[in-house]
Amino acid sequence: MRDVAIIGIGQTPVGEHWQLGLRDLAADAAQAALQDAGIDSVESLIVANAFGATISSQSHLAPLVADFAGLRGVETFAVEAAEASGGAALRAGVMAVASGAVETALVLGVEKASDMIGAARVRARTVSLDADDEAVQGATLPALAALLMRRYMVEYGVELAAFEGFSINAHANGAKNPNAMYRNLIKPGAFGKAPMIADPVSLFDGAPDADGAAAVILTTAERAGDLVPQPVRIIGGGASSDTLALAERDDLLWLRAVERSTEQALQRAAVAREQINLVELTDTFTILAALSLEASGFAPRGEGWRLAQDGSIGLAGRLPISTFGGLKSRGNPVGATGVYQAVEAVLQLRGAGGANQVPNAQIAMIQSVGGLGSTAFTHILST
Amino acid sequence: MSETRRPAALPHERQAFAGTGEIVSFTTVREAPEGYEDQAPYVLALVRLDEGQMITAQITDLEDLPAIGDRVEMVTRKLTTEGPRGMIVYGYKFRKPVT
Repeated sequence: MRDVAIIGIGQTPVGEHWQLGLRDLAADAAQAALQDAGIDSVESLIVANAFGATISSQSHLAPLVADFAGLRGVETFAVEAAEASGGAALRAGVMAVASGAVETALVLGVEKASDMIGAARVRARTVSLDADDEAVQGATLPALAALLMRRYMVEYGVELAAFEGFSINAHANGAKNPNAMYRNLIKPGAFGKAPMIADPVSLFDGAPDADGAAAVILTTAERAGDLVPQPVRIIGGGASSDTLALAERDDLLWLRAVERSTEQALQRAAVAREQINLVELTDTFTILAALSLEASGFAPRGEGWRLAQDGSIGLAGRLPISTFGGLKSRGNPVGATGVYQAVEAVLQLRGAGGANQVPNAQIAMIQSVGGLGSTAFTHILST
Repeated sequence: MSETRRPAALPHERQAFAGTGEIVSFTTVREAPEGYEDQAPYVLALVRLDEGQMITAQITDLEDLPAIGDRVEMVTRKLTTEGPRGMIVYGYKFRKPVT
């Protein structure tokens, strides 16, 4: 297997792009990434998207994106894994280049959540749950996250306020990111008073669905050095799955897919947790952030929330997370989210993070989690 | 080794349940999907059946919020309606035992 590196990145602002469609957003991000890499084409285009068919009435998205991105004729297909679609596409791209099947691959995530609003979007979004055992009961992803969160609070004796640090941190970072959807700050204490979506999950807890597109260009580490001044190497990757339905888990408060994907990625990268300078995790809900930190081995079981309370996760902390606002503040363009994570990690490792720069960032971990841990893709990136 | 191969019988065999169990966790859904809006707010829960299996279901016929550990029993209820002719989808919900 050949070593793989990222040589170009592109992203659109995350938000509600009423005037732009899937094809427009995708074309913008693709062109930005090609320009960044200084090339005009790639051999393979892998598109990450979660709700094109259900929210935007558009499946068979890959050739449409290829056409509008100026890549007509390339090998292309789409990958879907709900919130982890971006991580899945990145893994597919890495495998394509590492195996020698292609020399260059463009991994592009795109979502257009605002093509539906209100209860119609809530319903469209439930297709990523277990249709027979969850969605038919009127379950939603925030409601299932709430079931996890209440159980966590009761089993570990944790108050609601313990989770506010995740949202405060995300918005503190997102406020400085021009591409973030909600750049307001959340004041301490406001978290506990926010309107409930499904208690204890509130408006200040769950990440907002959004529109956006992000892209990265992959090639071999060997070629990368000749093409761009600052290639970022992907030095390890891991992937795993767990039950789709929450109720099928043997251990409700342990994300096994996250644990396994992290272990694989660290092992393949030959990196210890202490060497990681920042983590982009999937903070769709604060409980998912806490459980991900625990399953990834950064906090003991039942204590992931502590990292959000003691300042560890801030830009200057021991383990910065959601450094450009995470899903919570940057916004959650669902299928594109995992690719945004890769773009943001590359900015950090290039030292191009601007006001969001983590000091001396050398190694980053990005973790793309589908649903509440049903799929997980973890990658380790290095300068 | 990863767990890509498992004994075929494990979780997918047919089982009969008494229809009783207890609440493991619950929430009140306020942002409901289309087709469920007229029921909102409704209580969704994880219920551990007495036979050990856990399932996701609504708790119905409630006067007050339930609590974790509450005993519940299964009842058949309308879950939603589908299509322009309003075909009713029936299924299971749970309620506090009526004795």
